[in-house]
Parts: sequence; structure tokens; C-alpha cells
Amino acid sequence: MAGSGGTPNLHASSGTPGLDPRFPLPPRGSRRSRILGGGEPGARSVWIAVASTVVFFGVAAILVVSSPGWPEIKSTFFNQRVFEESFPKIVRQFGTNVFIFLVAEVFVLIVALFFAVLRSLPGPVFAPLRILAIAYTDVFRGIPTILVISLLGFGMPALRLQGLPKSEVFWAIVALTLVYSAYVTEVYRAGIESVHPSQTAAARSLGLSRLQSMRHVVLPQAVRRVVPPLLNDFIGLQKDSALVAFLGVVEALQTANIISAAEFNYTPFVSLALVYLVITIPQTRFVDWLVERDRKRRQGGTVL
Amino acid sequence: MRRFLLGLAVLAVVAAACAPEEDEAPPADDGATATEPAPVDAATCAADAGTISDGVLTVGTGNPAFPPWWEGGTTDANADWEFNDPHLLEGFEGATVGAVAEQLGFAPDAIHFVPVPFNKSFAPGPKDFDFVLQQISYSDKRAEAVDFSESYYDVNQALVSVKGSDIDGATTLAELQSAKLGAPLGTTSFDYIEQNIQPSEEPAVYNDLNGAVQALKNGQVDGIVVDLPTAFFVTAVQIPKGVIVGQFPTVGAQEYFALALEKDSALTECLDLALQALKDDGTLPAIQQEWLADNASAPVIEG
Repeated sequence: MAGSGGTPNLHASSGTPGLDPRFPLPPRGSRRSRILGGGEPGARSVWIAVASTVVFFGVAAILVVSSPGWPEIKSTFFNQRVFEESFPKIVRQFGTNVFIFLVAEVFVLIVALFFAVLRSLPGPVFAPLRILAIAYTDVFRGIPTILVISLLGFGMPALRLQGLPKSEVFWAIVALTLVYSAYVTEVYRAGIESVHPSQTAAARSLGLSRLQSMRHVVLPQAVRRVVPPLLNDFIGLQKDSALVAFLGVVEALQTANIISAAEFNYTPFVSLALVYLVITIPQTRFVDWLVERDRKRRQGGTVL
Repeated sequence: MRRFLLGLAVLAVVAAACAPEEDEAPPADDGATATEPAPVDAATCAADAGTISDGVLTVGTGNPAFPPWWEGGTTDANADWEFNDPHLLEGFEGATVGAVAEQLGFAPDAIHFVPVPFNKSFAPGPKDFDFVLQQISYSDKRAEAVDFSESYYDVNQALVSVKGSDIDGATTLAELQSAKLGAPLGTTSFDYIEQNIQPSEEPAVYNDLNGAVQALKNGQVDGIVVDLPTAFFVTAVQIPKGVIVGQFPTVGAQEYFALALEKDSALTECLDLALQALKDDGTLPAIQQEWLADNASAPVIEG
């Protein structure tokens, strides 16, 4: 049967008419054909992909399930009774996480934009502001998030200052905002710097001030370009909302911890992992879709 | 096609590489022990059951080793242990381990301690300790995952606050309704708050005792619920202005601390024999008297 198709082993791009074969395009194709390994999504490659997938996961599954420790793993990590008991509780407490990351995301958008604009200010007179912005991003990108949360969450209330909130959730939001704004500042800055200087020049020549050209010409283009990396950082922020557990807040992770400790079972962690996957996977797919749409739009209708 | 088959083979090998190593065959004497007459003393029993490393009793506990369960301070020989070196066999749990080991036929220098984080004490698979003790309360659900010995300490929960707080001097559960309470993770204290106190404010749960104590010091919680001996330690050492508001009455079955072992461990019945002998000859009550003497003096918070 080998070679029965007799397909010549040529690059896919050779089939595309009107292109110089000396400069083959990078593989494009649909998502389906990318999963199948590129090339023509013919019946044969579909069959091979299905067969090798079945064999790979089949062998892996059989090895895991037949391993001597599997019954123990199953009852400790995938215990149906514990799952049914823990899942609703964890989902309920996940509301705290949702609150934390939604509020933090709003503040991140604002704070990061502020620092990004600070850092993009031209001219020697603004040097101290640029230094401030650089120092901020360097410091907060360089410290583990859990440290910032512990320092603020346990440290600030210990100051016992009048008017300073004691709420752990408040300090957790502050900490997450500080850390993620540092990342998002860099994302914004990349967007701002990606806008061609001629845009600013054109805006200035039309009589717009520096601030106006930043506000009406540069930022709208910059922000649109950075939406996918921005969403990626937000997914990270959503996951890191679990770090609030260290401050004693009984959110989803701490709920899982409590049930796990009470039952001597790790199934609650699997329950929580499922909850996170349910909210993050649609977002990552959405980011993929945005990137794809953006790419098509920029290439759309034009031959490179 | 040849390439395809080769690819499949490679995938299969990759998958197989992830396979766990084979366990040694489990001892097939499960049925045999049932027919044999039960051993009369703990030492014979332990000699039959064996330990994970020959001639050594390996015991797990939490690091740091908190008083009054562990005492004697740190040592240079075992500098990894914080607060107290368990090898000194001082403190209530330390002395208990020493007495149990003696019953099992192990000299003090044949006892080796390994640090076991609470969450790891019930991890599936082979253990690197013979048994673990760190104020682990028995419960039916936990007993599905590990073996438990009989009680080595019957425990009550207590409420710790700071002098002059809203709940200082409370004598009934009703007075705690609007309090913000906290508890360390892994204890039954949180369950007690949820089920018996039922305050209107959601209780906080800290990853260890230090976190709970810190929150109380900071005023982030009005009070923390811990077991009574821990409450004495916290108020005596960790929080200068700390006060034991009172101990809670037992609800339902008496709560007790038990030694935890790998599920279906052969050593479980030996520990039970040892503990029973120590209760019968008065050793265990004497250890309790020595290390946890002042516990009776806390007032009781009425339900």
C-alpha cells in the first residue's frame, strides 16, 4: 500500500498559482489543517491524524489506568462523591475571585495607561516622570505576585493607620492592580511605539497638540493593536486571583483547601481546575480568534 | 506507510516513557494476619509489621514544630527544624512519640523525624514516614484516606482574642454572632465556626497558625479559633495582649487527635496496643499533666 497515492512530495505552496516558487509563503491554511499538521487536508492525512491520536492517547490512558497506583489516585483526585460535594461550594466562592479580578482589571486598564503615557512623554523635561514609570514597571514585574500580596495584605493593616482599610480583599485588589499594571504598561507601550511616527507628525501638522494627537490619533490605534496581549495578561490576572487565599480570604482556592483538608482528598483541587478552565479556555480561544481576524483584516484584499 | 508506522511506534514509546515504575508486589499476608492470634504486646506487633527503614521508627510532623506540642528549642544537629527540634522528644507530642516508641521497642536514638506538611500527610502512594502526628483530628471521611490510631489526646476548641476587644469576656455563642473569626487551615476549628458558631461575617482561614495569629494581631479578625493547648501557647507567647475568651463545649462526638498512617498499614494495630498500654499504666495521663497542665482553667463558652 506504501506510496499507492503516488503523491509527489512537493511543498504545498507549489500548488498555489501566480506565486514565485522561489519565495514560498509560510503555511497558512485553516485551523483544522494546522491541527492536522499542515498541507492538504486530504482524506489520507485525516486518517493518519485520527489513527495516531487514538494510538497515542489510547496507550497513555491504558498505561495510566493499569498502573499499580491508579485506584489510589482515582479515589484521591477523581473521587465522585467529593467532587459532587465540593464543586457547588467552590463555584459559589468563586464569586469572590470574579469580583476581585473584575475590579482589578478595570483599575489595571487605567493605571497602566497612565504609566504608559508617562513613559512615552518626549522631551528632557519629563525625564523624572519617565524614570518613575520605568522604575515602577521594573520593580513590580520583578517581584513575585504572591510577595506583593503578602506584603500589602499582612503589612498594611499592621500599620494600624486611621482610614487605611483592613480588608484583605481590598489589599489583594491593590496588589494585583500594581503587579498587572506593570505588565500591561509594557503592553500599552509596545502598542504606542508600534504606531508609525508619521501619524503623530500628521496629527501635529493638522494643528493638534501633543496631548490631542496622543489622545485622538495614537492611542486609538495603539489600544486596538494590543487587545490580544492585553487579554492574555487578564487571563493571568484571573488565575492569580487565587493567591488571595494566602491572606485568609475564603475564596475558591481556600474553599478547595478547606475541603481537601477536611476530607484528606485532593479532588477539590481538580474541581477548581475545571472551574478555571471553563472561564479561561473560551477567553484564550477568543484571543486566538481576534488575532486571526486582525491578521486577515490587515492582509485582506491585498496581495503582499 | 513505513514512516507512518515508525511515527506510531515513536508515539507509543513516548507514552510508555510516562508510565510509572512498577511497584514492588504488595505483601500477600493480608489474609494470613487475620487468622493468626492478635499479638499481645506492641513490640512483638511492631517487629512483625516492620518499619519503612529497618531498626528506625520514622515519624512525620509539621515544621515549624509548635509548642506546647513540641518543646526544647532548636538544635544545631537538626537545624532544619524551626521553633523546636522534635528529636528532643519534648513537649506533649514529643513525649508521646517517645513513650509510644518505647512500647514499640525503639530507643530514643532510633527515632527519626521527617517534616511532613499537613497537605502531604494524606498524599496517596508510598510514605516516607511510619506515622505522622501534628494535631490531626480523627474524622470518618479522613479515615477513608489514611489509617488512624486511637486517641492520644481528647481536644476541645477555644477562642482567642485580644484584651479589650468586642468579644473579650463573651460567655455565650450568641455574643459571637457578629464577630469576624479566623482559623488555621487543616484544623477542625473552621468546621466548628461554620457549624456551631455560625457568625454573620464569613470566617477567614489562614494557611497556618502564624497567619491566623498575624491577622489577630493586625485586627483583621476579632478572634481566632484553635485547639485549647494551642490557645494557651498563642496567648502566652505569640500575642502579648492575647486572651483566651473560653473553650467551646463539645458538640456531637468527642474530638480527638490521632496518629495517622498509610491506609491499611500493618503498624496501626501496634500503635493502638502501645497507646492502650500507655493509658493503662498512667504514662499518657502523666505526659498530659506534665506538658498541658493548665488546660482545665479556661472558662467554657455556653452554647
